[in-house]
Amino acid sequence: MTMIDFSNVTKRYEETGDVLRNVSFELEKGEMAFLTGHSGAGKSTLLRLIAAMERCSRGQIIVDGEDLSLAKESQLPFIRRKMGFIYQDYKLLHDRTVFDNVALPLIIAGYGHQEVSRRVRASLEKVGLQGKEKKYPLALSGGEQQRVGIARAVVNKPPIIIADEPTGNLDPDLSAEIMNLFRQFQQVGVTILIATHDISLISQMNNRVLKLDHGQLVQS
Amino acid sequence: MKRVNKNRIKKDPPIKQVKQENKQTALSGGGYNDKVIAYRDLHIHALFSSLGRMIATPFSSIMTIAVLAIAISLATGFYVVVANIHQLTGSLETSNQISLFLREDVSDTHAKKVVENIRANQSVQSVKLITKEQALEEFKEYSGFGDAINTIKKNPLPIVLQVLPKNALDEKQGLDDLLKSFKQLPEVDFAQLDLQWVDRLQAIIDVAQLFASLLNILLAAAVLFIIGNTVRLEFYSRRAEVVISKLVGATNAFIRRPFLYTGFWMGFISGVSAWFIVTILMLILRSSVERLSGLYDGAMHLLFLDFAETLFLITASSLLGVLGAWAVLYCELRSAKSQ
Repeated sequence: MTMIDFSNVTKRYEETGDVLRNVSFELEKGEMAFLTGHSGAGKSTLLRLIAAMERCSRGQIIVDGEDLSLAKESQLPFIRRKMGFIYQDYKLLHDRTVFDNVALPLIIAGYGHQEVSRRVRASLEKVGLQGKEKKYPLALSGGEQQRVGIARAVVNKPPIIIADEPTGNLDPDLSAEIMNLFRQFQQVGVTILIATHDISLISQMNNRVLKLDHGQLVQS
Repeated sequence: MKRVNKNRIKKDPPIKQVKQENKQTALSGGGYNDKVIAYRDLHIHALFSSLGRMIATPFSSIMTIAVLAIAISLATGFYVVVANIHQLTGSLETSNQISLFLREDVSDTHAKKVVENIRANQSVQSVKLITKEQALEEFKEYSGFGDAINTIKKNPLPIVLQVLPKNALDEKQGLDDLLKSFKQLPEVDFAQLDLQWVDRLQAIIDVAQLFASLLNILLAAAVLFIIGNTVRLEFYSRRAEVVISKLVGATNAFIRRPFLYTGFWMGFISGVSAWFIVTILMLILRSSVERLSGLYDGAMHLLFLDFAETLFLITASSLLGVLGAWAVLYCELRSAKSQ
């Protein structure tokens, strides 16, 4: 079953021209792939398109059966709930506790109090951060903050995880741990797309690699 | 950077049945009842967290609310002034009394005869005679020139007949005819329909009322803009939160909610403050107004805001707050989308 399906996707900006040109690929359920390429090759744009933060200029993007270009603005939040996003800068809320950060997607989805509590604890345990619920993100190390970000991304049990340079700020050991987590999610059927230019990481993992060069997919 | 013990990451049995749960849970959470409770909790949380945020920045909150409260109390103040003057004409409107000022050479006994004649008129309900002496007494009592009057040897005041026409003569034509007939009496120096100045006063008050309404619209717009701008600044200072919430699937309604409550609180607190400001000002004015009223036979009692008006004041200012916040968020979220 195809979870992410790009066909002939072009994204054009008035100022910079085509950032992505005729990009086509498919990611199956339970597949883990790397998205790589030089800076400015269009990785971030591609991720923003999947996240439906922007719409493509031409082509079609289907995420878990939903056509993003046809979806109404009001439907996009519900499509985004099918995806967990992980960022290089973690994107945590510094004025909220670890618990509240991880709980955010559940609260947005309207889960009851007990369910939120149960799932947040399970998710934090999964990434090895049990007992840190009441801490604030800035009191944690970089690796721990990244794991809070991962706990938040998976707390809603989304079928897709999108990670943008998830190991960019971490040393090799921590990176390996994070990758290990991803592999566990992959094993239970989650589709994972990781944007990175960490070549050594990619070579260790032996996964499918999508390579962008000046907006075009040169390897997939 | 701190090393993390690898063992702390659970290596452990994969979660099974991800797929089955996915479809439901990605879009909805829990049972219907849970959802309703969760939704209510979201509102309660937004209500108090936005109040908490305002308390966390006391100076800017107080300054904004002070400006809003002053604007709202100005609007309310105009309303109260007009309402008070209006009440004054309310009691006057019914008096379509005609005052006949008699010639100076008419004696009291002659005046009594004139009264009898007028009383005989079918259109007249009653006639009251005010002699020169009575007029002087009244003037001394109310004008405050008592001592000055004493120095005048001759009483300068004329005899006045206050004629109250029958109710059937409410129509202007009937009154005018009656007035004309009085003017032709040889003893009458000057006849004045009191309604005339009531009409004029009424017209002046209408103008004041319209002016107050227009001013209130302007002040409401000012409140709207001030709240809108404050909410906009808060929206920018919490931009990270907005972006993150959006990324994890927040709807625009979810993003708007805490800001709408901020608008609500600003409007509500300003409304309550404005009520206090207006009430305090009126308490300060009360003794002066009552002295003034005493000079005019107690024609006027200072009207405070009643319960319904207070409720309206607070509801309207709260609504203005929500509206101002909503308008700004609508624009901000639209422009965020197009970026």
